[in-house]
Amino acid sequence: MTDAVNAVPLLGEDIHAAQIRKFRFQDMLFHRVTLLFAFLVLAALIGILVSLGMEASPSFKEFGFSFLWTNVWSVPDDQYGALIAIYGTLVTSAIALLIAVPVSFGIALFLTESCPVWLRRPLGTAIELLAGVPSIIYGIWGLFIFAPLFAEYVQPYLQTALGDVPVIGGWFTGPPIGIGILTAGIVLSLMVIPFIASVMRDVFETVPDVLKESAYGVGCTTWEVVRNIVLPYTKVGVIGGIMLGLGRALGETMAVTFVIGNANRITGSLFAPGNSIASTLANEFGEADPGLHIASLFALGLVLFIITFIVLAISRWLIRRGLGAEGV
Amino acid sequence: MDLYRRRILINQAGIGLSMVAMSFGLFALLWILWTLFSKGFAAFSWEFFTQDTPAPGTEGGGLRNAIIGSGLILFFTTVISTPIGILAGIYLAEFGRVSKFASATRFVTDIMLSAPSIVIGLFVYALFVVTTGGFSGWAGTVALSLIAIPVVVRTTENMLKLVPTSLREAAFAVGAPRWAVSLKVTLRAVKAGVVTGVLLAIARVTGETAPLLFTALSNQFYSTDMSQPMGNLPVVIFQFGLSPYDNWVNLAWGGSLLIALLVLGINIGARILFRQKDKR
Repeated sequence: MTDAVNAVPLLGEDIHAAQIRKFRFQDMLFHRVTLLFAFLVLAALIGILVSLGMEASPSFKEFGFSFLWTNVWSVPDDQYGALIAIYGTLVTSAIALLIAVPVSFGIALFLTESCPVWLRRPLGTAIELLAGVPSIIYGIWGLFIFAPLFAEYVQPYLQTALGDVPVIGGWFTGPPIGIGILTAGIVLSLMVIPFIASVMRDVFETVPDVLKESAYGVGCTTWEVVRNIVLPYTKVGVIGGIMLGLGRALGETMAVTFVIGNANRITGSLFAPGNSIASTLANEFGEADPGLHIASLFALGLVLFIITFIVLAISRWLIRRGLGAEGV
Repeated sequence: MDLYRRRILINQAGIGLSMVAMSFGLFALLWILWTLFSKGFAAFSWEFFTQDTPAPGTEGGGLRNAIIGSGLILFFTTVISTPIGILAGIYLAEFGRVSKFASATRFVTDIMLSAPSIVIGLFVYALFVVTTGGFSGWAGTVALSLIAIPVVVRTTENMLKLVPTSLREAAFAVGAPRWAVSLKVTLRAVKAGVVTGVLLAIARVTGETAPLLFTALSNQFYSTDMSQPMGNLPVVIFQFGLSPYDNWVNLAWGGSLLIALLVLGINIGARILFRQKDKR
């Protein structure tokens, strides 16, 4: 830049041309270098898909597509199927969303509509800090603090209250040991609440004040404004936020591994220990035997990556639409 | 009148429930923090910082090797991911506003921001650990960098987009080449925002455990050799937290508090830094 300023025009055309050629070359170089690094990010994704696929191929060759719905995971017999882990992943994520969605909605509603202005910033920050707490801390807290209390004070009551109800009664059978699929779902819900709540708050803030004020003007209550104006206006973004939370919950490893109990079976009870895809990987990968075992673990990883990729892709698309996307 | 009463009641119920939800969130945060402080501080001692991880079932010991290991891995992660992230962010903001390649990269970056970190661990295992013949601190660094880079890319791009076009045009008008405009004008204008992004990326990877399990593994002994398995706080917390030994569990709580203090400290620091910039 200083060169450009110092260049003396009287020295003639040649120096200018040389200077411009130099700049053009530097610019080309700069463009290429930044492009290369942007490409690295893209290459990482392709690399993940390809390498997981390659490492998993012995397992797919052996078991075929039925790997996905086979209800067996046995290291001694060298027989592997993904159903147990997929079941655990989906059920814990479903429980997490069931709790997290209404709570996040409440938090977003409170922060945007009824919270005193001076409290908005500190409370919003507190919720964002909850998102910053590393997942392993949720895990150790869930195992040592939450699970014992849950086993002593909550599970017996759930059992007596709901145990005899047809259909759902079976979900609450078995010894109340604290750890298990339900506990994993609850700890997961705490982890995803901040993500869903921040997206919801952001999209709620995009509702034009004029719309809300005219509804208040004709006499609507705050609740009616939220139900009939804010929610319909932000529907797309809200669903996007929920999908983002789902994507997080599906892939969460440490918090789940601590409290899910790590048992490779499906019992139908939510009190029973189980396993999710991520917790199976965390527990077994380190000591896996080369061959079919490790290939099957890679196959699980690939399944998890593809599921979360699809969920996150949909979420991103919806959130962008919800926030009134600029550019692409 | 009846309808009016009903509407008021529904409104109060709705607002009331939203307050319950808010208190639930705050309660969870305070409960977790309180547990961490009460259990973690009890584990802090001189030995906690100066001795290495104890053998199974023995008393005493500390987390020195894990603290040093985590520090080294985080340091190299920052050194690697900062320039890569910033340059990729510059590309997206300055050269790739409309190109197909850039929007694909943007899309992938967004996905990678929330992709399951354990899969990153698997990838680095397949790519790095198998080919170099063993677990190492470098493999852990690569895994964490893959998680940190998207955070830096996104914040850098978002910050650069806020720079007014007139600033760029002014720089171009005095004859500055494109690279100088990017590095010396626009990037400088958003310095605080970019630093915030880097800080948030560090905070994000500080507590990451899953990607380190199959890359850096862990090391019971003190080691600063990045090409060997390396002790690190998250993996030690995972192993010790799930162990049957009281002493190990105590150390795990102390390690958790250390990580939480670091992560929350960086988060709050980044916020303060960014807000100061906002005001100016």
